[in-house]
Amino acid sequence: MNAIYILWLRQLKRYFRSKSRMVGSLGQPILFLFALGFGMGPVYAKAGQGNYLQFLVPGVVSMGILFTAIFSGVEVIWDKQFGFLKETLVAPVSRLSIMFGRTLGGATVAVLQGCIVLVLSMLFGFRFPITALPMALVCMFFIALLFTALGTALASVLEDMQGFQLIMNFLVMPLFFLSGALFPINDNTPQVLKLITAFDPLAYGVDGLRDVLIGVTHFGLPLDMAVLSLVTVLFVVLGSYLFSKIQI
Amino acid sequence: MIPIISVTNLTKKFGDMTAVDGISFSVPTGGIFAFLGPNGAGKTTSIKMLTTLLAPTDGTIEIGGKSPQTDQDAVRRMFGIVFQDPSLDDELTAYENMEFHAVLYSVPVTLRKPRIEELMRFVDVWDRKDSLVKTFSGGMKRRLEIARGLLHHPQIFFLDEPTLGLDPQTRNHIWAYIQKLSKEEGITVFFTTHYMEEAQRVAQQVAIIDHGHIIATGTPQELMTKTKSASLEDAFLSLTGHEIREEEASSKDAMRNRRRMWHGGR
Ligand SMILES: Nc1ncnc2c1ncn2[C@@H]1O[C@H](COP(=O)(O)OP(=O)(O)OP(=O)(O)O)[C@@H](O)[C@H]1O
Ligand SMILES: [Mg+2]
Repeated sequence: MNAIYILWLRQLKRYFRSKSRMVGSLGQPILFLFALGFGMGPVYAKAGQGNYLQFLVPGVVSMGILFTAIFSGVEVIWDKQFGFLKETLVAPVSRLSIMFGRTLGGATVAVLQGCIVLVLSMLFGFRFPITALPMALVCMFFIALLFTALGTALASVLEDMQGFQLIMNFLVMPLFFLSGALFPINDNTPQVLKLITAFDPLAYGVDGLRDVLIGVTHFGLPLDMAVLSLVTVLFVVLGSYLFSKIQI
Repeated sequence: MIPIISVTNLTKKFGDMTAVDGISFSVPTGGIFAFLGPNGAGKTTSIKMLTTLLAPTDGTIEIGGKSPQTDQDAVRRMFGIVFQDPSLDDELTAYENMEFHAVLYSVPVTLRKPRIEELMRFVDVWDRKDSLVKTFSGGMKRRLEIARGLLHHPQIFFLDEPTLGLDPQTRNHIWAYIQKLSKEEGITVFFTTHYMEEAQRVAQQVAIIDHGHIIATGTPQELMTKTKSASLEDAFLSLTGHEIREEEASSKDAMRNRRRMWHGGR
């Protein structure tokens, strides 16, 4: 228990100390809100779909969480290379607690990042009912946990940071762009795209968050939560297993 | 004397490459044991297997009667270790690194502070306790790692090239302390080094490993007598030959340089 706590705390300390990382990872969401939110807004409104910024924000918040979460998970590779992982792996603590503590820490950091994006988006004019906040945080936490666990699983099998670019381009980017974070999924969406989206776990996160924040949904909140929790459990188990197999 | 570590036929293969090839030895309880060998001989790989980090390909290990394979936590509680490569969290302060260790090893809350302070004072980093480790010099980091390894009062202390990059003052200071610990607290010390005079001075028992094989064991005096040498260094050279381990040395150096680059780049 204490071990889980101290590992969680370590992730938070690292996050708060690395100002450049905190600020750097806000650049992208701001760019999306500004360029897409304002740039696409008129087109979207003309098509009779309403306010694009309102629609976009849950997607961009999810993006902030996704990137931070994957990155926190992948930090295991850093720890491997800088040697700190050895220190934790020779301690008389189960690998499950180690994996759990750092995954919870990474997920907490990702949720914080998501909250910052949410607050920023209000500067751009986004509005949501304050009563939706608790449920929104639950959604955000699931997204965060799911992808931190995925990142940890991947980092456990990768040797060094060279694989990171591969993950970004062939996993994280597709996960994001195919999640419906930027476009609505409805009857006009091509079937292929719809099908692929149904297999993207982030799609359920984005959809759930959107339902909670602005009341627009494709899958429906119950299905969103069911898929999110199931996949999260799956990835946490997978991540724990792969993490426990690390040899250095 | 009852050995605290006994190793039988220990083997580790990385693919086709055999890093440790069927070694057997034992370490007496409470003594200082030097594990010597040229670059790439298999020292670090052996220590990783002893300390539960790597699974052996073959052979058995007993640490205090327990197997690092099946009884990991019992073994992990028994030893402290200073790794060959850095293993501190650069983004935490010196004190936080110590505290992290104390929590992981369940050092009782009331003992944490005094013990951390005592050890950090001893290795002379107490006045920098709240600085981030990334601002430390190499020698300070090393000293902090040594303090950290002792924080949970281990029975066995593994030190993989602990004095690498330390100035003579610090080396003497640290060895004096470790010798005292061994004598007064009965801690078993298992260390590797490339400084032969250091080994000759502090080690009671020595094993020499080369190309994954143990080629000699005994007290420093026995090895010197056997090889008719005046120093352990001469004995070492006469046992392992004068040829430089070209390949291993250069790939290791390349790795270390890369690590340094990484550090600098962060
Ligand atoms: N993970 C690994 N994968 C493949 N080969 C490895 C691995 N770890 C070590 N080796 C190889 O095993 C051999 C023994 O390495 P080891 O690190 O144990 O040597 P060492 O005696 O500690 O050397 P040094 O004095 O340079 O630290 C070397 O040839 C090394 O290249
Ligand atoms: Mg070594």
